[in-house]
Amino acid sequence: MSSHPRRRRGVLPGFNLALGFTLVYLGAIVLLPLCALVIRSAALTVQQFWDVVTAPRLMASYRLSFGASFIAAAINTVFGLLLAWVLTRYRFPGRRIVDALVDLPFALPTAVAGIALTALYSNNGWIGRYLEPLGIKVAYTPVGVLIALVFIGLPFVVRTVQPVLEDLERELEEAAATLGATPWQVFSRVIFPVLLPALTTGFTLAFARAIGEYGSVIFIAGNMPMVSEITPLIIVTKLEQYDYTGAAAVATVMLLVSFSLILAINALQSWNRRRYTRQD
Amino acid sequence: MESKTLHPAGLTADMTTIELMAEPLRAGGWLVSEAYAPPARRPRTRGAPPLVRRLLIASAVAYFALVVLTPLVAVFYEAFRKGAEFYLASLSEPDALAAVRLTLILALIAVPLNLVFGVAAAWAIAKFEFRGKSLLVSLIDLPFAVSPVIAGLIYVLMFGLQGWLGPWLSAHGIKVIFALPGLALATIFVTVPFVARELIPLMESQGKDEEEAALVLGASGWQTFRRVTLPNIKWGLVYGAILCNARAMGEFGAVSVVSGHIRGETNTMPLQVEILYNEYNFVAAFAVASLLALLALVTLVVKTIVEARTHEVSAR
Repeated sequence: MSSHPRRRRGVLPGFNLALGFTLVYLGAIVLLPLCALVIRSAALTVQQFWDVVTAPRLMASYRLSFGASFIAAAINTVFGLLLAWVLTRYRFPGRRIVDALVDLPFALPTAVAGIALTALYSNNGWIGRYLEPLGIKVAYTPVGVLIALVFIGLPFVVRTVQPVLEDLERELEEAAATLGATPWQVFSRVIFPVLLPALTTGFTLAFARAIGEYGSVIFIAGNMPMVSEITPLIIVTKLEQYDYTGAAAVATVMLLVSFSLILAINALQSWNRRRYTRQD
Repeated sequence: MESKTLHPAGLTADMTTIELMAEPLRAGGWLVSEAYAPPARRPRTRGAPPLVRRLLIASAVAYFALVVLTPLVAVFYEAFRKGAEFYLASLSEPDALAAVRLTLILALIAVPLNLVFGVAAAWAIAKFEFRGKSLLVSLIDLPFAVSPVIAGLIYVLMFGLQGWLGPWLSAHGIKVIFALPGLALATIFVTVPFVARELIPLMESQGKDEEEAALVLGASGWQTFRRVTLPNIKWGLVYGAILCNARAMGEFGAVSVVSGHIRGETNTMPLQVEILYNEYNFVAAFAVASLLALLALVTLVVKTIVEARTHEVSAR
């Protein structure tokens, strides 16, 4: 059917209007401003650019942003799988509420999450007061950054894994069980391999989101240079010092990372698809 | 091959790029919680033994309670720490009211614009074939992949005093940055994809037979759209609009960069939360925050209802 695009285009009206509006809108709101960013950072020579984006304070922020995002995504991969599993496989009271509220970190404004987590994990907070005697400080340390990123990343893993789990052919598991596999063997040999692409996608999505995250982190982080300062905050700091070009340079680096992650997610998706088709 | 089969949670098998970036809120998608329950439990005992099963449920619920539930409860607890009177007083502060007003204005600008954009984009993408379509879809999703801080920064670089158009704008006395237009632009940017990405898979799955039939029977293009297309996509529109609205009202990073934090003038509710918090006015900060948390809860409730509706429709 799609072999006659031209003839089909003739039937329904409004193509030119709709596409034209879409392109103008996207161009004005998204593309032009993003070009402004890249052009701004191109005002620097390569050497200057390199010096800006590899300054020690920035290197420390990359370590924190990428490190904490990675660990948070890993934690959420484990517990996201657990939640998705429990939500799809078992009935228990409150399941629907848990299922609906899994999206809360996505719907709750980040600033609200930020101050709530800070209140919870500060020395006299509900959770912080039990950690303090153990010598664990969370608020205003890199651990606080991790806590915030764990919060915002959870829905990504659950919602990527959940549909795959629902679609899983139970017959395969039953066949494996009939053939004498233990439940753990069924999980590790039959279910897990099918879930792997979705898990990796969920991990990458949570990771990508965490790197750019700002609102929920800055309240709990303490924002000490070299210790608990995330990369997006450095962009804001540079802007406040009217160092527009420096801010643009750091932002360009972050954009490059985001785009690479998008490509990675794309690749993962096609891996996922191949898995599916091979199964059929 | 015309209609793509929707995956249970609204994930289509051939979702491209970062379409998934926004998946969490949406997923659950067109098939709903009912779908999570396998029809009429097969009476076979299978899978993990009961003890393991209970342990798994307990640890999942514990993790959920620790990570998701406690922050939510904390918001309301802290907001009412000094009693209902203080709570109401914090909310009726002139600055707080101004922040609420500004947030509503921004949502009123961003949501309708992105609704129109979403319908136009989905019409072009779902009903027609053209070169570069997948690139266009990726571009629409782009704002999800960009850090909110960068979303604000790009407009400062365009319209700020040192920006491209800054000198011209200030010569003509037009304020964009640290004023409503900048806030509106940043808000529109971060919410661009919501409606479009909701409608595209929906309209693709519906195909265009109904529209073509209407046209053949003599309806005008506009009539066809209003009488045939619009009723078909209305729940998708509602869905996209509430997600778009939640993000527009709650956005922090992007508006923080372009706002300038002028009290009573360029402070949205999330920014007001930040200011109050940084002034150690914690209870007032949590009072404003509790309104935003309520908004998030309402959004999730509406989302669940819409999902149930679409489930009914598709089951019929």
